[in-house]
Amino acid sequence: MAAKPKLYYFCGRGRMEAIRWLLAAAGVEVDSRWGRGRRRTTAGHLLFGQVPLVEIDGMMLTQTRAILSYLAAKYNLYGKDLKERARIDMYTDGTMDLMLMILATPFSSPTNKEGSYATIVQKAKTRYFPAFEKVLKGHGEDFLVGNAFSWADVQLFEAILMVEELDAAVLSDFPQLKAFKARVGNMPNMKKFLQPGSQRKPPADDHYVKVVRDVLQF
Amino acid sequence: MCFHSPGSSSSARVTVAVFPGLFSGWDSGSALAHCQLKKDSSGAGLCPVPLFLGSKSLSPAHTPSNRGHGPPTYPEACGNIWNSFDEEFLETQEQLKKLQEEGHLMFQQVPMVEMDGMKLVQTRCILHYIADKHHLFGKNLKERTMIDMYVEGTLDLLETLIMHPFLKPADQKKDLVAMAHKAIALYFPVFEKVLRCSGENFLVGNQLSLADVILLQTILAMEERIPTVLSAFPYLQDYTSRLSEIPTIKRFLEPGSKKKPPPDEQYVKTVYEVFLS
Repeated sequence: MAAKPKLYYFCGRGRMEAIRWLLAAAGVEVDSRWGRGRRRTTAGHLLFGQVPLVEIDGMMLTQTRAILSYLAAKYNLYGKDLKERARIDMYTDGTMDLMLMILATPFSSPTNKEGSYATIVQKAKTRYFPAFEKVLKGHGEDFLVGNAFSWADVQLFEAILMVEELDAAVLSDFPQLKAFKARVGNMPNMKKFLQPGSQRKPPADDHYVKVVRDVLQF
Repeated sequence: MCFHSPGSSSSARVTVAVFPGLFSGWDSGSALAHCQLKKDSSGAGLCPVPLFLGSKSLSPAHTPSNRGHGPPTYPEACGNIWNSFDEEFLETQEQLKKLQEEGHLMFQQVPMVEMDGMKLVQTRCILHYIADKHHLFGKNLKERTMIDMYVEGTLDLLETLIMHPFLKPADQKKDLVAMAHKAIALYFPVFEKVLRCSGENFLVGNQLSLADVILLQTILAMEERIPTVLSAFPYLQDYTSRLSEIPTIKRFLEPGSKKKPPPDEQYVKTVYEVFLS
């Protein structure tokens, strides 16, 4: 049996969370390593000195998007041809932009946070969610690309949940996305990841921000 | 918005709505395209060319801001590049709004490249599609992933270059120092080591890939700001010279190509006008 992928990151969401989601969606169990021992365990393996780091199939992978692309390809969540892959790339790049805004906010100054979160919700409602609502309405299929579950669906689902944590009613004008969320949330692997005891991490709190700042020295 | 070149097939109709490299690799897209022209004997040029805003014409003969002079000199075997893709440059907010209102931009942002019946947005997506289509993404999944990792890292560095002209003048000097430090301490040593250890001419799999194109673009753009940035990296110096001699890349680097000049004050002004006025 193949070794479990090993994830090296802080004990929190950050840039690793999308990777945790994708692995969970693919039904892959992981071995997680937290950030305190970073220098010991990861010395020499961090290509550009950064985490996330995922050890899988004899490779030490860094760069979030490169890791996600590899996993999507490996676990057949990347479409069936080049055009489907391009659509998946486009959609995941978009949702990642949205999620990175949310991930960065806890590290901004306290006075800016409320405003930042409000802007993010606004962007979700006017830029990102309408785009995906249109895609789903346009083809009437259960999933975003090629009538098959893919990385694009996992990441959109994750993004929806993250924005709902900022504004619980954010999907009120998006019936397609509501139905999509219910459908995807009911899939066994996704359901399992949403339950307590999974590798899913909570939103950043003050302690998490402090640990990251200490380790990365900023 | 879609310009159709006479004589080219519909599959070659490529429209690019571009905005200044607020993101990466635009010239990389062009360079990538040019690397593949030799393989594309039809010259039907599936050659999307995302570009930095800077030139205000679709013809090199009418681009005062281009470095180039004179007609293109590409050999016939490569097809007539100048007819193989079209460009639309954004200069006014109205143009951007029109693109948005007409639903051409999935997330209301540029760059956008229209090719093969798709309107692709998101820089990485576009670069990946071109690379995949034109065999610049390695021979297998592992090579592809190495290329991806190198590209992602290099794009982080390139992004600082792209954002640099938009900083306040008082902050630009400090930013330049930080950028140089990042390149010299973090990124270039990685690639220097890859080249030194492999002894090969390219970063991955002994053949040209997206990783080489993006790195070359970044090195050349950095050298424009910091001429000595490669002084401690002999392998990268050789690599840069060698890549620059590849015929398709060489042509792209010559006057008259679609490569855009460094951003100037007019460019910055136009970006602000389109986005913020």
